[in-house]
Amino acid sequence: MADIAAPAYRVIPIIPALKPGAMEGKGPFVASDKIQDALGFPGQLVEDWHDQAIAKMGELLGKYRSLKVYMDACVHCGACSDKCHYFIGTQDPKNMPVARQDLMRSVYRRYFTLPGKIFPKLVGARDLTRDVLDEWHNYFHQCSECRRCSVFCPYGIDTAEVTMAAREILDTVGYGQKYSNEIIGKVHKIGNNLGLPAPALKDTLEGLEEDVKEATGIDVRFPIDVKGAEVLLITPSADFFAEPHIDSLIGYAKVFHATGTSWTLSSMSSEAANFGMFIGNYEQLRTIALRIRQAALELGVKRIVVGECGHAWRVAYSFWNTLSGVGEGADETDKFAMMLQKQLDHRYKQPMHICEFTWDMIGQGALSFDKEANDKHIITFHDSCNVARGSSMGGYPGGQFDIPRNIIKAVANNFYEMNPNTTHERTFCCGGGGGLLTDDLLDLRVKGALPRMEVLQQVADEHGVNFMACICAICKAQFTKIMPIYGFDRRMIGGVHQLVSNAIRLGEK
Amino acid sequence: MMSTLFAILFYFATLVLVVGLFYRISVYTRTPAPLKIPTTPAPINTGGVVLRMAREVMFFESLFKANLWTWGLGWLFHASLALVLLRHLRYFTEPVWGWVVFLQPFGMYAGITMVLGVAGLWARRLFVERIRYISTPSDHLMLVLFLVIGISGLVMTFVVHGDVVGVKGFMLGLMNFNLQALPASIGLYVHLSMVALLMMIFPISKLLHAPGLFFSPSRNQADNSREKRHIAAWAKQLESEK
Repeated sequence: MADIAAPAYRVIPIIPALKPGAMEGKGPFVASDKIQDALGFPGQLVEDWHDQAIAKMGELLGKYRSLKVYMDACVHCGACSDKCHYFIGTQDPKNMPVARQDLMRSVYRRYFTLPGKIFPKLVGARDLTRDVLDEWHNYFHQCSECRRCSVFCPYGIDTAEVTMAAREILDTVGYGQKYSNEIIGKVHKIGNNLGLPAPALKDTLEGLEEDVKEATGIDVRFPIDVKGAEVLLITPSADFFAEPHIDSLIGYAKVFHATGTSWTLSSMSSEAANFGMFIGNYEQLRTIALRIRQAALELGVKRIVVGECGHAWRVAYSFWNTLSGVGEGADETDKFAMMLQKQLDHRYKQPMHICEFTWDMIGQGALSFDKEANDKHIITFHDSCNVARGSSMGGYPGGQFDIPRNIIKAVANNFYEMNPNTTHERTFCCGGGGGLLTDDLLDLRVKGALPRMEVLQQVADEHGVNFMACICAICKAQFTKIMPIYGFDRRMIGGVHQLVSNAIRLGEK
Repeated sequence: MMSTLFAILFYFATLVLVVGLFYRISVYTRTPAPLKIPTTPAPINTGGVVLRMAREVMFFESLFKANLWTWGLGWLFHASLALVLLRHLRYFTEPVWGWVVFLQPFGMYAGITMVLGVAGLWARRLFVERIRYISTPSDHLMLVLFLVIGISGLVMTFVVHGDVVGVKGFMLGLMNFNLQALPASIGLYVHLSMVALLMMIFPISKLLHAPGLFFSPSRNQADNSREKRHIAAWAKQLESEK
């Protein structure tokens, strides 16, 4: 991978010229039959893939209003055409959101609309050939489902929905992506994306207790499988061992410790991430979410809190209630959802983001900080795409932007915003989201990070920013890997609760 | 002869438009949205959604954020088209409603701005590399169609005045199933046949963006997933299975 270099910054962030075919190729590694089998997908491309793909597309068009409306409504106005970080970084016109959608829309028109059946050329309709299928595998794995295009579309067309549908069709005909499907298999088998078994997890947590004791002199616990705890923490498994993720896990533990909250992790359900969303498969999405309900029921917790993870928070905030009845209003015929509803404490939002938890506690005066402990950091905040555009916090629109920033300002003295065209709802994806955080897509990941790196460079130059905080495990892993390629220190990226951890007072209130 | 042809054409076009749109909307209504996917930050209640949708429909809020040129030309075109359509109510009502009379001069000049808007949008499609790349022949032809309708209308309004009384008689006759003669005029024939074509392709083309917007889950959903359970019928079936 030594040949992968960062693209040059644009002098003025202008819209790049097109480079057709720039990212043509085979796409990410194809899932092996073993990986596919574990999820109930065909192991290899099935013989009648054409008919099955069209049939699946028809099924999805009937099940998802988003897909149906989005296939029909686009007028090719081009509002989205310069909004995708992968387009900006690669200049491949097929990475323009509208062009990516058209990879599927052209097939939709051919098989499902009258003009496409009669005059395919006129309306840009085309047959589903093997080349088209390969093109799908390639370009629908150059979308991180970050929804930035949907902010700017006059009809709210969300390419993520199209990408999810395309990946679902590809899985159905036996043409899955290795990375995402392998990880989903691990969740089912072991309980987390990393395949970290329970004994290893327990060892890690014990080691963390010793580390924190050594650093602070205080017995901060990292409990696991504790029945009757108040809070069940569901956090991305990267928090258990990856850098800088682990520093945020220490931060959560310190917040629970300082506020006297009893909490626990679950070895059975030691993963917040839900790659079922990335592959657009409702059954996978639901099955993975149900593990969390099961853990909550077994442990008898009153609250469910979610750690720093972008798409996981979207799934938890927006989908968990639908999938498993974790919030309010579960169906009476759904026995386990009803049990959960009775068990949870509805004075609190269910589920709650760790930032909501910490900010509430700060508001109640339950936490105090030595802000100077973070003085070595000149901080900016990277809004993670799924948090920014697929979820909220605090019960009001925009809380997902305010609350993490409020926490940073409460625990640190130096904070600067990046260019407003790249933050809040206009934030750029890190370049590694949506099931693309794999080395076989490293070139794409480096290029996709370009717009974020450009504006980070600006605040680094203007204000000396040397720390970019975020609340997403994928952002952290992606930036750790690609920032050195852009000439930044890999330790520049870190979690909000890493900053909390640095500054929190544990001994006294 | 031409009068009968145009009468048949307009009855047919109206039928296609109404039945086609009704069918499309019924499909959109029937198709469930299984997950909460509003593009956030989003309103947390129905009132907020109505406001968000109103801003989209009337001011093209998202497009404004995206690109000022496209927004300006697009808004000019759509607002002008609305005025022009309202002005045309005078051909279908007797007596003409007061507010339509009031709109008459604005509607006439809106014909000019409408054509300018379309021309600008077409120029974008032709000369901006990215937009040209994503354009299909039908995208160009759609703009040509609007240009022909607009220019033929303007010619009859400002240059070669048509027999508006005769046209109105024809239209009122159509509405009362009492066929009247259509004034013989090439400009009018062009204008009317292109309008009929537009009506017929409405339900099978990208013109569906008009009803589509109202059914777009990323815009029409309230952001209240933690407070209220949202579940589709087909997804609920999974619950009884396990």
